[in-house]
Amino acid sequence: MKRVVITGAGTINALGATVPQTLEAMREGRCGISELEFRDVERLSIRIGGQVKNYDPESRFNRQQLALFDRFTQFTMIAAREAIAQAGLTFSGELAARAGVILGNSGGGMTTLDENYRSVYEDGKNRVHPFVVPKLMNNAAASHLSMEYNLKGPSFTVSTACASSNHAMAQAFQMVHGGITPVMVTGGSESMLCFGGVKAWEGLRVMSRDACRPFSANRNGMVQGEGAAIFVFEEYEHARKRGAEILAEVAGFAMTSDASDIVMPSKQGAARAIQGALKDARINRDEVGYINAHGTGTAANDKTESAAVADVFGAHADKLMISSTKSMHAHLIGGTGAVELLACIMALRDGIIAPTIGYEEPDPECALDVVPNVAREARVDVALSNAFAFGGLNAVLALRRFT
Amino acid sequence: MSIKDRVIAIIAEQAVLEPSDIGLENTLEDLGIDSLGLVESIFAIEEEFDITVPFNANEPSESDFDISSVSTIIAGIERLVKERA
Repeated sequence: MKRVVITGAGTINALGATVPQTLEAMREGRCGISELEFRDVERLSIRIGGQVKNYDPESRFNRQQLALFDRFTQFTMIAAREAIAQAGLTFSGELAARAGVILGNSGGGMTTLDENYRSVYEDGKNRVHPFVVPKLMNNAAASHLSMEYNLKGPSFTVSTACASSNHAMAQAFQMVHGGITPVMVTGGSESMLCFGGVKAWEGLRVMSRDACRPFSANRNGMVQGEGAAIFVFEEYEHARKRGAEILAEVAGFAMTSDASDIVMPSKQGAARAIQGALKDARINRDEVGYINAHGTGTAANDKTESAAVADVFGAHADKLMISSTKSMHAHLIGGTGAVELLACIMALRDGIIAPTIGYEEPDPECALDVVPNVAREARVDVALSNAFAFGGLNAVLALRRFT
Repeated sequence: MSIKDRVIAIIAEQAVLEPSDIGLENTLEDLGIDSLGLVESIFAIEEEFDITVPFNANEPSESDFDISSVSTIIAGIERLVKERA
């Protein structure tokens, strides 16, 4: 089996329009959650989100691209440009034929859907733009990325709600690990911050009106975010031969299904995924220094996740650090695992642990070191990234510091 | 139909029981209504009475709306309907 390393990373999210900006915000414990700005927001009861602000699509894309790129595709292309530039790869010949792109996404082009439903239902129009379908399809971002960079290998989009990106990156890891291709572009994106998108989430009554406070006793729900993060996963020898900078090593993963409830999380399902990732990566549980939690800030997730971590790690659970960066960038749903992988890279490469901000009151049911409010310096050899989706579909990734 | 009977009818439908089987002191749990059933019941009540029920599933005990039994739910709805009028 081949070793898999990360040689490029890119992002745009509520914390920043690049990886350095995002990591700086995480180090400073800055909150990217703000008042939502879009049409009809006054008809919502939930009016905050991790929205990408000061964003001008016209300065980023030409007219033809904008006719085809929904916001979630735009974010993907921006993040991919940064990641592939950092990796320093150009795709041609055999590499182009083998390298592909696997992305996570849940809502597809929801803004496109929202705008066009509005025009036919509310405005009574009987004609829509000819590109509505290619713009809103969930695989649009993966397809445009493959076209832009000439990626002709295995390419598709994974949709498992809040675990989409982790499932996608696990799949990309497996392809490089198994020798199918020396390079995969992977990650995920999401943009559901439009009237219909937030209205749908409001209905479930799990959203907070004021802040995302994971693991804090006074937490009162999740906050939606948007954006993308993209990575270049590369076979180690391939990266070494060309002298690429290595950000971290992807060591393994596991996926499980709760087979239990469509919204309520399961401790067993989460614990099996964490345990499985350790086993797959041949990591001893005492080696784990940091976990980027799923940590949604809902009553149910945070206590279930804490219990799962306590079960898997035993006494070591009190020694490791676990934080939820959703407190800063909010919950990017299908793109969340990708943005959260950045916090794992920062822990491993820079020795800085991103905090859980908004932490106000200890909860005895979440009695772990959640790195409250302030980032911390610590040497970490192994980091895990948890994602536990609605529908009970879980995926955990294991990363190692590259030495 | 009184507010009480209309609320009981909604709860009974959610619980797949006859309205006569719903006791005022029953909790939703007694009636086999889980967290999703609760959110659905609240939605049905909001639609029936054209009111907004302040309920967040993350902090059911924090909101002004007491869901601990059928009778407290009815009292809460009666108050909200009166406030709206």
